Amino acid sequence: MLRGNGLSQVRWRACGAGRGTFSLRDDLARWQFAFTSVNHFFFVPVTIGLAFLTALLQTAWYLRKDPEYLRLTRFFGTLLVINVAIGVVTGLVQEFEFGMNWSAYSRLVGNIFGAPLAMEGLAAFFLESTFLGLWLFGWDKLSRRVHLACIWLVAAGAMLSALFIIAANSWMQHPVGYVMVHGKPQLNDIWALFTNPVFIWAYAKVILAAITTGSAVMVAVSAWQLRRGTAKPVFARSMRLSLIVLVPAILLTMLVGDELGVIEAKYQPMKIAAAEAQWKTCQPCSFSLFQIGGGNNDHTPTQILEIPHLLSLLATNHWNGKVIGLTPLQHQYTAKYGPGYYVPNVFIQYWSMRVMAYLAIVITLVALWGLWLNRRHKLATARRFLWAAQWMVILPFLMNTAGWLLTESGRQPWIVQGIMLTKNGLSPSVSATELWISVLGFFVLYGTLGTIDLILMLRYSRKELPPTPAQADQPVPAMQY
Amino acid sequence: MAFVPFWFVLITILWTGFFVLEGFDMGVGMLHGYIGNDDAGRRTVINTIGPLWDGNEVWLIVAGAAMFAAFPGWYATMFSGLYLALALLLGALIVRGVSFEYRGKGTSERWRDSWSWLLIIGSLLAPFLLGIAFGDLLHGLPIGANHEYTGNFWDLFTGYGVFTGITLVALCLLHGAIFIGLKTTGDVRFRAGRTARRIAPVTALITLAFVFWTHVTAGGGGFLNPVEFIAILAILAAWALISAHYEGWAFTANAVAIGIVIITIFVDLYPRVMVSSTNPAFSLTVRNSASPPYSLKVTTVAALILLPIVLAYQAWTYYVFRRRITDQSFRPALGATPRPAVSATVAMAGEQVRPAPPAPPTPPAHRWLPRGRGRRHGRRDGR
Repeated sequence: MLRGNGLSQVRWRACGAGRGTFSLRDDLARWQFAFTSVNHFFFVPVTIGLAFLTALLQTAWYLRKDPEYLRLTRFFGTLLVINVAIGVVTGLVQEFEFGMNWSAYSRLVGNIFGAPLAMEGLAAFFLESTFLGLWLFGWDKLSRRVHLACIWLVAAGAMLSALFIIAANSWMQHPVGYVMVHGKPQLNDIWALFTNPVFIWAYAKVILAAITTGSAVMVAVSAWQLRRGTAKPVFARSMRLSLIVLVPAILLTMLVGDELGVIEAKYQPMKIAAAEAQWKTCQPCSFSLFQIGGGNNDHTPTQILEIPHLLSLLATNHWNGKVIGLTPLQHQYTAKYGPGYYVPNVFIQYWSMRVMAYLAIVITLVALWGLWLNRRHKLATARRFLWAAQWMVILPFLMNTAGWLLTESGRQPWIVQGIMLTKNGLSPSVSATELWISVLGFFVLYGTLGTIDLILMLRYSRKELPPTPAQADQPVPAMQY
Repeated sequence: MAFVPFWFVLITILWTGFFVLEGFDMGVGMLHGYIGNDDAGRRTVINTIGPLWDGNEVWLIVAGAAMFAAFPGWYATMFSGLYLALALLLGALIVRGVSFEYRGKGTSERWRDSWSWLLIIGSLLAPFLLGIAFGDLLHGLPIGANHEYTGNFWDLFTGYGVFTGITLVALCLLHGAIFIGLKTTGDVRFRAGRTARRIAPVTALITLAFVFWTHVTAGGGGFLNPVEFIAILAILAAWALISAHYEGWAFTANAVAIGIVIITIFVDLYPRVMVSSTNPAFSLTVRNSASPPYSLKVTTVAALILLPIVLAYQAWTYYVFRRRITDQSFRPALGATPRPAVSATVAMAGEQVRPAPPAPPTPPAHRWLPRGRGRRHGRRDGR
């Protein structure tokens, strides 16, 4: 509304965009969004991953009529439900936050960014929540075939919801399908949002990461139960199933992540250059395993254990690819968008990239170890492996958080790459006091509920399996609150 | 350019759907402690909406997203202007959402009572705050020429806004009580019917005052129009029907009343979407806050394809769960081994082998249960 000539407006506003010009309001709003989305994304991948795995378990029961699979379905279904509840309500916060904290952003790009969100609600949220209710309470009311379809629809709904929100998010990373009319972006091609290369690879990455997280949870719960020694043959099954899902998922996550890096290096060169703390242009570029020092003020950190050509390979898919450094990029951006500081937080970029990569390697190794033990029929008795598999569950959560930090912090100072700066997206009418109140409120609420969720998850992971039904064709009672 | 009015209508439908459906969930949440009476009764009451509430709440999410996509200006001004009220609303919805799930997952009385209280408070605050929000849209808020809210938190508490909140709470209470009566048996059903009969006249009075106030606020003069009369008549009809034990029809009548209340607000708003009390010229309208035609066209196509499908499977859900719930399933059956613990997993775990079904409950002979209908329901209750 009344925004005037957009691009030049941005250029004009960008004048003040230096380090340290972010005001208290900016910081609070950014912290709040980061805090609520990181928390939201603890629960989302568990939901997506576990819904898929529970559907697999129930399918196994449906096909083989083996009651052991039914026991596992019910057991892991309960864990799924505990997570869905908090995932749904924290998702509600995300949707409201755009309007509450980022009203200038919403006003400017709502016609583009809002479209996939509206479709998300209609296509995915209704599907997921309605069929979850049917699945939970419909055990004794639906035929087995229809009931099985319900859990698959829940899994589909969960995966669809990620599709639309990632399409919206990818538009912020690499805006496509719009024209500037009177300085405001207007949607002119909805398909461009769904064929955006950033979207395609980011969506694949999110789904694979979610399946990795879900199967890591199932591996860990099975490991704990196997260590305790109850129902060994049954939990050995869920362990085997989740390992078989986990290995390809984590390997593909890494491959897709690599391709996503190449795409992002093309559209958001700052993000990748910052991830290697590469201030000077290089060709070929090496990848440092660690560095001492670094950050936005230290352009010459001590890089340790450099692997030649690896960064070139990661960022461009070429052995001798060229990566433009942060300093020349900063000059390019200043020339294009006007004076300002366009380098994201290098420290966050560098370390979140490494946390993700290294932990992925750890998970791969543990999972392969498990498959090897499985071949030798030692899965249920290998104490050391079970211990490692149990604690491994923390890693995907760290990786998911690191991944979002890399993506979102790497987009800064833009809220929409090249179109709007984050600090210009803030709600003009919201005061710092109001932000403080809501930040603290969400902090306390999420802290409390997150703790309760964790306690319940642990408690229900440690429960014994439901007993085997006396007869295979006995009706299965519904779950209840 | 019919897309703009179409989206205004669609958003009206989405909010109406939300209040008609989630309205009874709110009422059930507020009343579950009182009508449920003891733990088995409370679990019975909560389980009446168990499979439904999550799907109902999505109507709110979709209504919000539809405002974002179709009227970004409206969404931006409203959500940032009502900042703290909406933050509080989110808190209420969060607490309420998890309390359904978590209440049954602990065994101690303190755990359950705490979640029950959170459920009651959350279910009370949500319609109240949403009522304030919708009342304020029509009443007017200080909005400047740049369409930004210029007031503070306390400016949101306009008399009309607060009264809209009270009206919605009252309607949700009645809706919930009727719904519990519709979905349960025995004692719980009896208490639900009694509560509904007590709430109904008060709700009718509050709604009468509300429609009158709305009529005046919208500048319609002192005489109610026929549609507004229907809202009052519908509540009175619900009162009469619940007394005659036609719970299904009473529920329908009250749904009509809620629908009319919400639709009235939106009809009186049109073509404005947020009234500015600073200067009528600064009001947000469907035109100056809408998205450009292309994006409206895209979302229209999506809505026209998806919404009928959603309505179909949600209706099917209500059909699947049409049976009444008896509180017997939450009490240890006489003579049978009491369930080890009452938490959901164990409930499902412990009952893999369903114990011999408890003797069909003898319906308590309440004087208000008529011979014919009551017995018929009694029979239908048995699985």
